[in-house]
Amino acid sequence: MKKLTRWTAAALLLAASMTAAGARPTTLRIGLAEDPDVLDPTLGRTYVGRIVFASICDKLFDIDDKLQVVPQLALSHETAEDGLSMLIKLRPNVKFHDGEPMDAEAVKFSIERHMTMQGSFRRPELASVDKVEVVDPLTVRLVLKQPFSPLLSQLTDRAGMMVSPKAAREAGERFGTRPVCAGPYRLVERVQQDRIVVERFADYWNKDQITIDRIEYRPINDSTVRLANLRAGSLDLIERALATDVAEIRANPRLRLSTAIDLGYQGVTLNTGKSDAAKTAFGQDPRVMQAFSLAIDRVAINQVVFNGGAAPGNQWINPQHPYYQSRFPVAARDIERAKRLLREAGVRTPVTVDFMVPNNPEVRQVAEVLQAMTAEAGFDLKIRVTEFATSLQEAEQGRYQAYMLNWSGRTDPDGNLFIFHGCNQPQNYGGYCNREVDALMQEARAKSDLAARKAIYERVAERLMTEGSIVYLYHRPVIIAHTVRLEGYRPMPDGLVRVIGLKLRPN
Amino acid sequence: MLTLIGKRILQLIPTLFFVSVIIFLLQQLLPGDPALVMAGEEKDPLVIEQIRQRYRLDQPLPIQYLAWIGGVFSGDLGESMRLKEPVLRLVAQKLPVTVQLAVMAMLFTLAIGIPAGIVSAVKKNTVWDYAVNVIALWGISTPNFWLGIMMIFLFSVQLGWLPASGYVSPFEDFWGSMAATVMPAFVLGNSFAGVLMRHTRAAMLQALESDYVRTARAKGLAEERVILKHALRNALTPIITLGALEFGTLLSGAVLTEQIFSVPGFGKLIVDAVFNRDYAVVQGVVLVTATTYIVLNLLADIGYIFANPRLRS
Repeated sequence: MKKLTRWTAAALLLAASMTAAGARPTTLRIGLAEDPDVLDPTLGRTYVGRIVFASICDKLFDIDDKLQVVPQLALSHETAEDGLSMLIKLRPNVKFHDGEPMDAEAVKFSIERHMTMQGSFRRPELASVDKVEVVDPLTVRLVLKQPFSPLLSQLTDRAGMMVSPKAAREAGERFGTRPVCAGPYRLVERVQQDRIVVERFADYWNKDQITIDRIEYRPINDSTVRLANLRAGSLDLIERALATDVAEIRANPRLRLSTAIDLGYQGVTLNTGKSDAAKTAFGQDPRVMQAFSLAIDRVAINQVVFNGGAAPGNQWINPQHPYYQSRFPVAARDIERAKRLLREAGVRTPVTVDFMVPNNPEVRQVAEVLQAMTAEAGFDLKIRVTEFATSLQEAEQGRYQAYMLNWSGRTDPDGNLFIFHGCNQPQNYGGYCNREVDALMQEARAKSDLAARKAIYERVAERLMTEGSIVYLYHRPVIIAHTVRLEGYRPMPDGLVRVIGLKLRPN
Repeated sequence: MLTLIGKRILQLIPTLFFVSVIIFLLQQLLPGDPALVMAGEEKDPLVIEQIRQRYRLDQPLPIQYLAWIGGVFSGDLGESMRLKEPVLRLVAQKLPVTVQLAVMAMLFTLAIGIPAGIVSAVKKNTVWDYAVNVIALWGISTPNFWLGIMMIFLFSVQLGWLPASGYVSPFEDFWGSMAATVMPAFVLGNSFAGVLMRHTRAAMLQALESDYVRTARAKGLAEERVILKHALRNALTPIITLGALEFGTLLSGAVLTEQIFSVPGFGKLIVDAVFNRDYAVVQGVVLVTATTYIVLNLLADIGYIFANPRLRS
């Protein structure tokens, strides 16, 4: 009998210790490529900030891996026949981290905050919204100034993030130091350039899908060091690993690789009308620009710089995007035709080009490959490596002929197109302006049907392929590496780390 | 003597004024419009305008300077455009980290440099001497970046002994803090250790050949006593001067090392701030570093006055 009691006690102890081990809080450590800026969805402007927002601020809508819009804080949406209003039904019983209800009033407050707060970066994204009306506690109506189909996709990003009105009113501009949203995790601590710590929010509407107790985001700029931390076990997941490290990650049995093609693009912006620097054959004669594009072997760039991991591209969206114009596939390199076009244009070769390249090892490498390739056709690219902030100012003032520019991308094709090719638009560094193309892009904004919009974009593509100011090169791979202990990670085209459904096995 | 010290302190005022003007003006020479960088991808003209107004970028330089320096006198170093946090808070958060790193690097340097230099001088032209010289040369010529990456691969990835990056405060976890800072401190102090080995060697050689050492030996003192008490004490003065000056260099030299090891100190703060044209942060950090440097120099000067009676007159 005594023996039995001893055994029972031992078994109980073992069970207790196992429960204790099971209850030990799990922490996921994520290595970021940069330190995020202010964590206020209205004032935030960095890509890396969006990675952190993914765990603390839910949005009205989200996108899935096929770029379809799916509900998050909203349950559904309905656009009026005339396209002038959007009715949004909200998910019931959702709470902010401070216990305040996430209802129609909170949505109205948040959207109006995005639209009116001083220094808001969301203002242009919501420019089509005239006002927000509360229909009932769980329904809001966005009244628009004009039909604007990209609005829905804007609500899948920071413009769709809802903040607690009470906390936002109290904190004012300091809200970003202690954001209070309705996401699965709430901010616990932030030490600039060191760590951002979030912990599970007990009242989260979808809490059954959350199994990890804490997440620690750690900014580590150097990608080699970031990977070393992952290999050493100091991190569990790293974003933006280098394409050149892919083979090493694959070969490591303790690591998993996850890749997707991003929503943005890398292209060479040509100065076609921004300043006097455009007044050369390179900036004026479409044949010279076409020759430049034809001299480039996009597949070779992908092989040389990305080990085949990127997607060669010739449009503002990647070939997997539903809006990609398959009628215009990526052209093969044709050096003879490029030379012929230059002869027809009557330019004296070599055509020298002031080529401004931001100081980034990967981009510099691509620029050198381009230099070698286009030299064969008769171009002489004078590479001018410029620090990024300086290059922005130079581009803004048109002090360049060709500028290597990366765009992080938006879900809706309009976000990759309009501000770059619309007359006098903020990102139109090339100075391109064509009223017909402008009208077509506006028309596409007013339509919500995919086929109808795609047909309009086909006409836009036709024009831009021959006279546009951007030579598209490729779409970067989103490379995420994580420990095998992490389960449930899904690669997403926006590269953001969704925390829903993630599980971390103990060591 | 007090008059002399007072004079030295008064001299600080024009120096600091001059430094503040230079910091302010040099930064204006940086190409790149801060409002444009801050405006991000959308570049809303209204937001750009709001940023310019809020941070006085639209006002003439003298007014910008007066607003900044006026704030400095009232203990307000401005606000970070990027993080929307007071610069003073950021500085207060980062300075102890960099100081800890610099102090540890200094300790490494002294612990390695001085004994090795002594051995090298005493065992002149032997294998010991050659070995120290090779190590010193290696220390001086090895780039911090390379050494840092190599150490991470060896001690973190391969052996798993030390964390590859990050920082832990010694008040939270002392040993954790030592583990996190030992590699960056070693890398930071590495090159100066080499310099110190060579200086110690030279100073010791000079001391060992001097008359008082010969006298000490003639008196029949033990060799250890001659080396440590007579020669080293005299050789130490120039070495300590060098060390005091070098401490300031270590503070500023931490920029690169902090980047490699992701140590959230002054270095990382200023690098991010420069790239983002976060003027207030750059100005604040440079001003605090310059002031620290100047004050260290002043303390060294006062130290000499105490140490050397001839300077008092």
